[in-house]
Amino acid sequence: MAEQSKVTFIITRQDGPDSAPYEETFEIPYRQNMNVISGLMEIRQNPVNVKGEKTTPVMWDMNCLEEVCGACSMVINGTARQSCAALVDQLEQPIRLEPMSTFPVVRDLIVDRERMFDALKQVKAWIPIDGTHDLGPGPRMPEKKRQWAYELSKCMTCGVCLEACPNVNDKSNFIGPAAISQARLFNAHPTGEMNASDRLNGLMEDGGIDGCGNSQNCVQVCPKGIPLTTSIAAMNRATNIQAFKNFFGSDSTL
Amino acid sequence: MAEQREFFYRRLHSFLGVVPIGIFLVQHLIVNHFAVYGEESFNQAAGFMGGLPFVLLLEIFVIYLPILFHAILGVYIVFTARNNVSRYGFFRNWMFKIQRITGIITLIFIVWHVFETRVQIGLGNAEANYSLMEGILTNPFMFWFYVIGVISTVFHFANGLWSFLVTWGITQSPKSQRISSYACIGVFFAVSYLGIRTLIKFAYGV
Ligand code: HEM
Ligand code: SF4
Ligand code: FES
Repeated sequence: MAEQSKVTFIITRQDGPDSAPYEETFEIPYRQNMNVISGLMEIRQNPVNVKGEKTTPVMWDMNCLEEVCGACSMVINGTARQSCAALVDQLEQPIRLEPMSTFPVVRDLIVDRERMFDALKQVKAWIPIDGTHDLGPGPRMPEKKRQWAYELSKCMTCGVCLEACPNVNDKSNFIGPAAISQARLFNAHPTGEMNASDRLNGLMEDGGIDGCGNSQNCVQVCPKGIPLTTSIAAMNRATNIQAFKNFFGSDSTL
Repeated sequence: MAEQREFFYRRLHSFLGVVPIGIFLVQHLIVNHFAVYGEESFNQAAGFMGGLPFVLLLEIFVIYLPILFHAILGVYIVFTARNNVSRYGFFRNWMFKIQRITGIITLIFIVWHVFETRVQIGLGNAEANYSLMEGILTNPFMFWFYVIGVISTVFHFANGLWSFLVTWGITQSPKSQRISSYACIGVFFAVSYLGIRTLIKFAYGV
């Protein structure tokens, strides 16, 4: 039994942003209820590959360890997902780990998701509340709407939807599904609504919402079950109306 | 404010795919279907279309320029995608890929078809009538080339209609998008029937 109780990882590694990727195989002892991260921790404790050579510890990113921060996303057996929520018992062996290909690699499995934060800036995915004086409490949100908005607010900027999208790549400037849905979230908020047109104009900038080609992979892979394709269609309608307003002029400024 | 040119071009691309190109496609296949009722009917219908006032202006603004714009931007869109159906083999991802493949097939087909018919007619080498198409389609190779071309174009149109409804924010919820999927499958079969039935008539006279 002891012999069979091994877990094999084949990991795509890269020493730095500009170095070439290579594969390295590790075999570690099996423990009950292991997830991919505990496997990586095991390798870090004893960084010896399957050939018995001592190597550098494999680097990865993580934070919450409960699938709410998105930091630990990587491609596991071909599918982008969170490594903290990937249980070894449910994975086919050998387990293949790769960094997400949509983002620049920092080192090994760590990628730089900065483009997602740039995307949030492009669509102004926040609510401006600062003024020269106390503006008092904002309008209240109906409870039903709050419950609906909560689902959209679960996005953790993990990047899985961008990784799965055929139109997010080095040949295109498409911002990806996550930020489009966030623009919808903040436009639905009673205070955020006051700047709705700013977000819509952000979505219409080059590289914005028009880059969507309806492959609908995003909604299938989002670990938070966010209705991304509904958000995209809703924002398609809203940006079209905004485009007409911009072009013909409108006495409604929102 | 940064540029919003891409947004405008992509919306125009989407719009032109249906109005006028898609409408023209359906109209074109309906008119051609008159062939099934006999040589006389076809020549009369084609003669009516060819005899429309300002026919060259109509052709340029309703057909050539819109298709040219849609095709050029379309080829660019095709080459900016990285298809990944091997990793993400969902239905819509396949439709996404096939939409791009049929776009390219359709482009090749349309260029050849226009060269062989409209250009030759314009040069005075041929006349727009039943025997022109009969001559082309009785060649088995050309028959199958046309079958593939027509099915590819109709698929591209029908699936494009589905994504048009999303691009313009008409179908938003998963349920509405599912219903429009069925409707567009219906459009695909109905319009394909029109086209293929006509080809069979030209090729086999039945
Ligand atoms: C009879 C000719 C054609 C018709 C009726 C047609 C129709 C359409 C329609 C209705 C759409 C949907 C637009 C949308 O998503 O909102 C579309 C999309 C598209 N067409 Fe065409 N098209 C034709 C020819 C072509 C050609 C020659 C190409 C060039 C290769 C092409 C490439 C594309 C591409 C790539 C898309 C996808 C755009 C996207 O999803 O963002 N099409 N077409
Ligand atoms: S929308 Fe879903 S898949 Fe995309 S970044 Fe947010 S949580 Fe991740
Ligand atoms: S560590 Fe936060 S989602 Fe995995």
